[in-house]
Amino acid sequence: MGDLLNGYAPIAAFDELFASAETPRPHALALHDALQTLSPADFADRCAARDRAFRDQGITFQQSGEERPFPLDLVPRVIAADEWAVIERGVRQRVLALEAFLDDVYGAGRIITERVIPRRLVITSRHYHRQVAGIRPPRGVRVHVSGVDLVRDAHGQFRVLEDNLRVPSGISYVIENRRAMTRVFPELFASHRVCRVDAYPARLLDALRQTAPEGIVDPCVVVLTPGVHNAAYFEHSFLARQMGVELVEGSDLVCQDETLFMRTTGGLQRVDVVYRRVDDDYLDPLLFRPESIVGCAGLLHTARAGRVTIANAAGNGVADDKAVYPYVPEMIRFYLQEEPILANVETYRLGDPDVCAWVLTHLDQLVVKPVDGAGGYGIVIGPQADDRTLSDLGDAIRADPRGYVAQDPIALSTAPTFVGGAMEPRHLDLRPFAIHDGDDVWVAPGGLTRVALRKGSLVVNSSQGGGSKDTWVLADPDQDLGGSDAAPDDDPETRTSVRGASPAVCDPPAPGPFRGGAEQ
Amino acid sequence: MLSRIAESLYWIGRSTERAEDTARLLDVHYHHLLEDRFADEPVVCAALLDAMGTEVTERPDADAVMRHLAFASTNPGSIVASLDTAWENARGAREALSSEMWEVLNTTHNTLANRAATTMPHEFFRQVRDRMAVLAGLADATLARDEGWRFLVLGRSVERIDMSARILVARIGSGRAAGWVTTLRCCSAYEAYLRTYRRSVDASSAAEFLLLDHLFPRSVMHALLTCERVLEELAPGGGRARVDDEARRRVGIARAELEFVRVDDLVDTLPGHLETVQRSVSEIHDAISKRYFLAERVVEWSA
Repeated sequence: MGDLLNGYAPIAAFDELFASAETPRPHALALHDALQTLSPADFADRCAARDRAFRDQGITFQQSGEERPFPLDLVPRVIAADEWAVIERGVRQRVLALEAFLDDVYGAGRIITERVIPRRLVITSRHYHRQVAGIRPPRGVRVHVSGVDLVRDAHGQFRVLEDNLRVPSGISYVIENRRAMTRVFPELFASHRVCRVDAYPARLLDALRQTAPEGIVDPCVVVLTPGVHNAAYFEHSFLARQMGVELVEGSDLVCQDETLFMRTTGGLQRVDVVYRRVDDDYLDPLLFRPESIVGCAGLLHTARAGRVTIANAAGNGVADDKAVYPYVPEMIRFYLQEEPILANVETYRLGDPDVCAWVLTHLDQLVVKPVDGAGGYGIVIGPQADDRTLSDLGDAIRADPRGYVAQDPIALSTAPTFVGGAMEPRHLDLRPFAIHDGDDVWVAPGGLTRVALRKGSLVVNSSQGGGSKDTWVLADPDQDLGGSDAAPDDDPETRTSVRGASPAVCDPPAPGPFRGGAEQ
Repeated sequence: MLSRIAESLYWIGRSTERAEDTARLLDVHYHHLLEDRFADEPVVCAALLDAMGTEVTERPDADAVMRHLAFASTNPGSIVASLDTAWENARGAREALSSEMWEVLNTTHNTLANRAATTMPHEFFRQVRDRMAVLAGLADATLARDEGWRFLVLGRSVERIDMSARILVARIGSGRAAGWVTTLRCCSAYEAYLRTYRRSVDASSAAEFLLLDHLFPRSVMHALLTCERVLEELAPGGGRARVDDEARRRVGIARAELEFVRVDDLVDTLPGHLETVQRSVSEIHDAISKRYFLAERVVEWSA
């Protein structure tokens, strides 16, 4: 009998595994009991096995220019079926509203003329691109892939922290984390019904093919990557492989006569859908940054002509701008006539002079973020910051109120995490991934749970030394496993278990000339 | 298939073959120097460096040669640098390789480079050869025989033509006639030679075996034949009267020239043949790049 979780002391935040210091939450009871059979030394052995596997397979993340194995904490994060159902509906609703917003601001601009959102706010967004106004993508889909970051407050309620509608990354780690977990901890899966996550690449490919330009029967899909030096290159290559499509770089593409081609050994070949993992700014040197060599000149023009689909569409950044974020609940009411299912975090709009003045006097109680920051850079957490940082921040806000948002600090939920040979509470968030194909929004069951490995830290980004956890969505007992409707026959594991028995009628292999097993 | 990926596979083929062949070359010569007290160390070393295309300035010793040809990351032809090239290319073409192959290249890159300085030379060469054998085996067992496979094999055979020629050049340069056994060992050809000729090694038959044998996989002729076959698979046809593929033409000419060599005076004409072979390799390479890889120059759109 082990003692892995003995002495685990939850802190003042919602704990994902424990309802109180001793009692596990009902849906996590089985996991708790299974973990408790181990000792810290057993657990450390499993960690070593995990590191070896990740390093050998090259599943790494670049941090400050160095390739490290992606830090996966081996204690899974468990989400009950009913909780997940709410997240799923909430994310779907949000994506549809944001999709409608993008269609609107690059089209008629109804939400602006009806004064729901100030025009100033939209057109001053660094990611609002006039260059794409009037482009209507096939089936009206701009947000093919989205990652909606959720956190859990002290009451256990899920809230949206931010939306990622440009090039959200992390899904490859979701799938690889699960693969690693099933290898390192097979016994845990035996006692749980966990929804599968590996249907994602097939779903993505379907959505990309469905949103191909009209009239294309068998569209050619490619993944566009900035190249091997990009921090998320592993993911780009992973998705290309899992979808069975080409992974191209900017120099592989060329636009001619309103058609996009890739250079192959057999000459130019037409491309219909580009799942691009290159930022807007670098996508097309003719319209954005002219010095970019990772994009393709003429790509936007080709998209405008309706001859190629760019996924996600250019210009999506205006909808995940952090200063636009406080308006998303109103967008949901405006476009969908529904009440938001997932709440926002309380956010102060610094565009209003009175609010801004109040925020400036309360910086030590607030979290302030730059509106176009990513990767956790530039965030100031007031209660943890020193005076110098706060006064610098005040100056910066006074100089550029549009450049920042302020939010109430949230005591992110915690979960037991194996740090330095023992279980300790660490803060975490959740990024579910959604795919929109024009008919429906599908949310992959699970998503990326990121965990701040430093004690007390609230910044979970992997670029800031964060780790991750395998995220288990427990299947509703009545529901089909996996949330995927891929036919079970497509699944190699099921197939072997069904038809794996070897036919009894075959002859044994030919024994060869040295019969009788004599030593040679 | 994307030109860039094809080029990466071609270079993976070339650089892994180069790493392996360099390891063979160094391993055998290093131990030859240790064992043969008549061997003239500076002469042998200078011949090795010369064969590998490095300018020889002073009287080199075995350690310097070892450092330069095995470990120096500044020398693009060294074993460590070749493995680096293979890894870099594999990183950008990961979806065209099987994950087993990628894992081998990745672990080789991670472990060998770090261990290079601390391992015994023989141990290091042994490991390089083993890893490359595993890689070749996995390529054989896990890759579909599609275009990607062909470019990998193409790179490998082009490099093998080149390296087998260089190994022979090193032989000629180091002077002593007794070294042919060493050279055969470099190519793992000693035993095959004995089985084929059933007599002790002499310069003429050894050169014939390594240059002209149709059946031994490390001979120049065999590599040329592989190269020609792969090129034909890549671009079948060419009409009834001519071959319009420049690379294939070059390979064909090089092969034909060797096919009809007079074996009697092979030892004397060998340097000339090797020079022709090496020139052909660079022409073949240029023709392949021009036909399959040539990417457009990067255009800057800044004002």
